[in-house]
Amino acid sequence: MVAIASNKVDTKALFELLGSVCDPEIPVLTLQDLGVLRDISVAGDEIIVTVTPTYAGCPALEVMSADIRTALTEAGFQQVTVKQQLSPAWTTDWMSASGREKLRAYGIAPPATTTCGPQSDRIECPQCGCDEIKVISEFGSTACKALYRCQDCLEPFDYFKCI
Amino acid sequence: MDAELKPALIEYCIALGDDSVILGHRLSEWCRNGPFLEEDLALTNVSLDFIGRARMLYSHAAELEGAGRSEDDIAYLRDCREYRNLLIHELPNGDFAFTMARQFMIDVYDMAFFTELMQSQEPTLAAIAAKAVKESRYHLRRSEDWIKRLGDGTEVSHERVQAAFNQLWGYVNEMFSVSEQEQLLIDAGVAVDRSALQQNWHTAVQAVMLEATLETPDEDWTISGGREGIHTEHLGYLLAEMQFLQRAYPGQKW
Repeated sequence: MVAIASNKVDTKALFELLGSVCDPEIPVLTLQDLGVLRDISVAGDEIIVTVTPTYAGCPALEVMSADIRTALTEAGFQQVTVKQQLSPAWTTDWMSASGREKLRAYGIAPPATTTCGPQSDRIECPQCGCDEIKVISEFGSTACKALYRCQDCLEPFDYFKCI
Repeated sequence: MDAELKPALIEYCIALGDDSVILGHRLSEWCRNGPFLEEDLALTNVSLDFIGRARMLYSHAAELEGAGRSEDDIAYLRDCREYRNLLIHELPNGDFAFTMARQFMIDVYDMAFFTELMQSQEPTLAAIAAKAVKESRYHLRRSEDWIKRLGDGTEVSHERVQAAFNQLWGYVNEMFSVSEQEQLLIDAGVAVDRSALQQNWHTAVQAVMLEATLETPDEDWTISGGREGIHTEHLGYLLAEMQFLQRAYPGQKW
């Protein structure tokens, strides 16, 4: 619980508090891992949280905003505003190293490159680590993923697209 | 930016939003009708990107307007003649070859258009463009792949995709003709001069068609009117479906 009794709200503590809020569709990733949580500021009694959408039409953003509000309200903050910021545009480059590792452990291949150049051939099967893979569909279960299959262990897997 | 240009800017955002929402709706019609499950997912994912893009553009228009209209009001409470989308977006899906040929033509166009729009003097438009261009790059990768597979595929797929390009060709000129009002925004560094994109569009599209063993259509008819609100008969049916809930139950919310 963040100490609200003190007059000054510590934004670092707020970042820690919101560190527990996860992506509703990939619950192993926090919003910080994903790079969606851009800023937290305090104006008087109001907490202003700035988020950026991953994909323009991603329905998860509404849930994320609601979860942020709930987390802060439960910690005792009454006035919470969640703002959307479009620029700079979100990129998978912002995904943390620990986030990438969590994705792999969860069975989703993390973005293969750190820049948004041409598709790398370094995508590896998250199950067996083999890089003999085949694309099944450029789009997977959500806007941010594509569907692949490992040619070695034959398991299909989601790949988190690099954008 | 000059305050006199504000009404033109609002119109511009709405017109771009219309392009996106209408194509987004068309693609959503493929939901559960895709040729196979993965393709069903892909078509609806692309649909979602276009609807998201429309939401950003409509919200921005509503904010600029400051008259209490919301993004939903703009989408659901305007009739055909108030819609400003380029006609190619509203054409019925046809078969899968037609949908992909249209998608490819629009993806090439969107890549060029939004890359230019990123330089807009209007910061929100530039920010929306920066998001759109990333998504369109990905869309194009898939649609280009499909054009090659269908064109250089079986006799039937080749025939169908060639027929699709022939039917669509007459809608191309409209994508590159600029209105007077738009010209004012171009002069102010806000809008994109679409006419300047035409040459590169043809080069890019024809290169892929050549590889796909397809011929450039020699259709000599051309049609336009979308940006002035003059549409094909198909838009009314689309809006009837898309707007039904808000028309029947005004103000209804999820």
